[in-house]
Amino acid sequence: MAVDVAPPWAPAGWWRQMINIRWAPPLTLLIFLGPVGAGLIGTLLPAFGYFPALGGDHLTLAPWRALARYPGVETAALRSLVTGLTAAGLSVALVLSFIAAFHGTVWFQRARAILAPLLSIPHAAMAMGLAFLLAPSGWILRLLSPWATGFDRPPDIALAPDPYGWSLVLALVIKEVPFLFLMTLGALGQVQAEKSMRIAQSLGYSGMTGWLKTVLPQLYGQICLPIYAVLAFSVSVVDVALILTVTPSPTLGVLILRWASDPDLSLQFVAAAGACIQCLLVLIAIGLWVMGERLVARLGLAWIRRGSRLAPTGAGPLAMLGMVTAAGLGISGLLGLAIWSLTQRWRFPDALPSAWSLDNWGRNFDRVAEPLGTTLWLGLAAAGLALILVILCLEAEQRTGHRPTSRALWLLYLPLIVPQIAFLFGAQVLMVVAGLDGHWTGLVWAHLLFVLPYIFLSLSEPYRALDPRYGRTAACLGASPWRVFLQVKMPMLLRPILIAFAVGFAVSVGEYLPTVFAGAGRLTTLTTETVALSGGGDRRLIGTLVVLQGALPLLLFAFAAAAPFLIHRAAFVRKKSL
Amino acid sequence: MSEKDGLILEDVSLSIGATRLFAPLTLHVPAGEIATIMGPSGSGKSTLLSAICGTLDPVFVQTGTISLRGRNLAGLPPEARHTGILFQDDLLFPHLSVADNLAFGLPAGLNRAERRDRVRAALSDADLADFGARNPATLSGGQRARIACLRALLAEPDALLLDEPFSKLDSELRDRFRQFVFDHASAKGLPVLLVTHDPADATAANGITIHLAV
Repeated sequence: MAVDVAPPWAPAGWWRQMINIRWAPPLTLLIFLGPVGAGLIGTLLPAFGYFPALGGDHLTLAPWRALARYPGVETAALRSLVTGLTAAGLSVALVLSFIAAFHGTVWFQRARAILAPLLSIPHAAMAMGLAFLLAPSGWILRLLSPWATGFDRPPDIALAPDPYGWSLVLALVIKEVPFLFLMTLGALGQVQAEKSMRIAQSLGYSGMTGWLKTVLPQLYGQICLPIYAVLAFSVSVVDVALILTVTPSPTLGVLILRWASDPDLSLQFVAAAGACIQCLLVLIAIGLWVMGERLVARLGLAWIRRGSRLAPTGAGPLAMLGMVTAAGLGISGLLGLAIWSLTQRWRFPDALPSAWSLDNWGRNFDRVAEPLGTTLWLGLAAAGLALILVILCLEAEQRTGHRPTSRALWLLYLPLIVPQIAFLFGAQVLMVVAGLDGHWTGLVWAHLLFVLPYIFLSLSEPYRALDPRYGRTAACLGASPWRVFLQVKMPMLLRPILIAFAVGFAVSVGEYLPTVFAGAGRLTTLTTETVALSGGGDRRLIGTLVVLQGALPLLLFAFAAAAPFLIHRAAFVRKKSL
Repeated sequence: MSEKDGLILEDVSLSIGATRLFAPLTLHVPAGEIATIMGPSGSGKSTLLSAICGTLDPVFVQTGTISLRGRNLAGLPPEARHTGILFQDDLLFPHLSVADNLAFGLPAGLNRAERRDRVRAALSDADLADFGARNPATLSGGQRARIACLRALLAEPDALLLDEPFSKLDSELRDRFRQFVFDHASAKGLPVLLVTHDPADATAANGITIHLAV
């Protein structure tokens, strides 16, 4: 039965048709994916020499020849592929073996409590923290010097940034483990994990083996999209690579950004060709990963058929060690930078500052105020807009009864899997044409693209889980669909809605490339400032920026957790008069 | 009593794809009487109630005619059908106080004083006169059930649909609440359609009983 649904303020006629909620999902896809496609075309054309504004008016293979001649480009591409696959492989192995070994134990809950806040820390902040730990004058060497190493001056060796990309891998693992852990936790609720485990254990399989043999095969299909997103991100990451690789041995993403921001405009064509190669690298990485999946599945089936019940020796403690190392490095790096923001004097090899001071905050305020302001309004605008679109899509899904297929879920993940640089480059070309580069609208859209999928992932589960009989009861009491929406669903879903908003805000705070491209250097955020300063030595200023980057999302999460409680209580106090 | 007063189903059947849930059903529930529908799980009892109140999942196809007080319900949205429904769970809105839950059911167009008076009257009717400002979570199961029933009646429905609303209560509470619902429905002269597993419900309803066959 088709019921035309419109808000109570909507007049009849064409206007009513215009705001029919059925339009929400296609409209969202258009806002969301249209520019991605346009951006890819805007990258592809210059890659074949077509860029009229720069005098490229015919198709040619010259950019590709120039790319191939560029020194070190193959090594950079290989470095991107190897570091990306290694980081994603290590993260997935660590998370799955940890969950296999410790599900249902107290460690599981503890891991969740520690990892959830780490998820909201931007990549750049985490990478700066790691850089401080591993630098020649970093915390680790300070703690070991001079008693163990004999150094009383920072030595000439650097663990980070390093020419091989190991610190890059480490930083990616630190940041990806919380994401994969929480995504897996969410997926566990959708498979019959508890029942499968009980049966496996009653048949004599140990906890870890039982989990790997019965739960993981059911689970993997639910988490493969997030894993591909992590893999694609690792292969094409730019901000973390800028911080943790050395100039002579960059990754491909770093090279592309160098070309795209070079004053020599002819390098724009090379950048476009490089961005196409970056796309190809992601496809190769996912292809290799899928082959790996098949292999593991085949070996795993043979392992299941053999019927062995013993856990792999030492796997549990190893997973715990890896988890503690990853979380420990992440937290102590951030702590180190927070201390730097309060430091007056901290000489090598002292473990802690010899003089503390709040002056840095006052002195750096002018430097920080503008990026802080931009970060705030940008995050609030992008998350707010994305939240409205997501809620309307979910509401349309409930009213029409059309649930998106798993293929539609791929569309949602598209901006997370297609390398950012590949379509941001072209999108910037289009924004220059439209006069929107460096304008706030382009910047909000660029952030929306990455914020929206996370808000959807965060909110769709609770939205669909709300007992539909509440809405039916309200409708049978005479409430219109919009009244049910505003007075029943919205208040009951207040908490997950606010949390989804905070998730979106945290994603926006951490974005680097979208800000660099759409902001055109005129609009800067805490994250772009942090990356810009990473080469220099002002750790006090970097510490201030990193503390703010971490604090903003955490504050919003705290608000999201507290607000429904306060509002709820206020509602009952107010009604005492009745 | 005229034909027009009650709830009338004519040749109603429901199907999903090529599967029909039950044989076409024809039933007249006169005002003030209670008809009971029994049948095994999966026979479509609850789905029939959603078809009547207009919240049928779009995967189902309904044929036949449903009319209430002489109005054909086909094509009407649920909020325009005037069919109150009670489920197994009370489904009081957790974000609203007890009084606000009751007020949610009141028709629009009443002034403040009328709304307040009707809510007050309902509260004392439920023996919960002082509970208006309370969070529904702080009420006992029986208290919540009574509020849910009165909320449905405050919306001034033309029929009351009962989707096993007694099955989760313990046996003593069940008898009392059943009497409470039946008394109120008959005082308002409503046709009632009750879906249940429990033969005691059918006996207490004291009306026609229909067994849905798959």
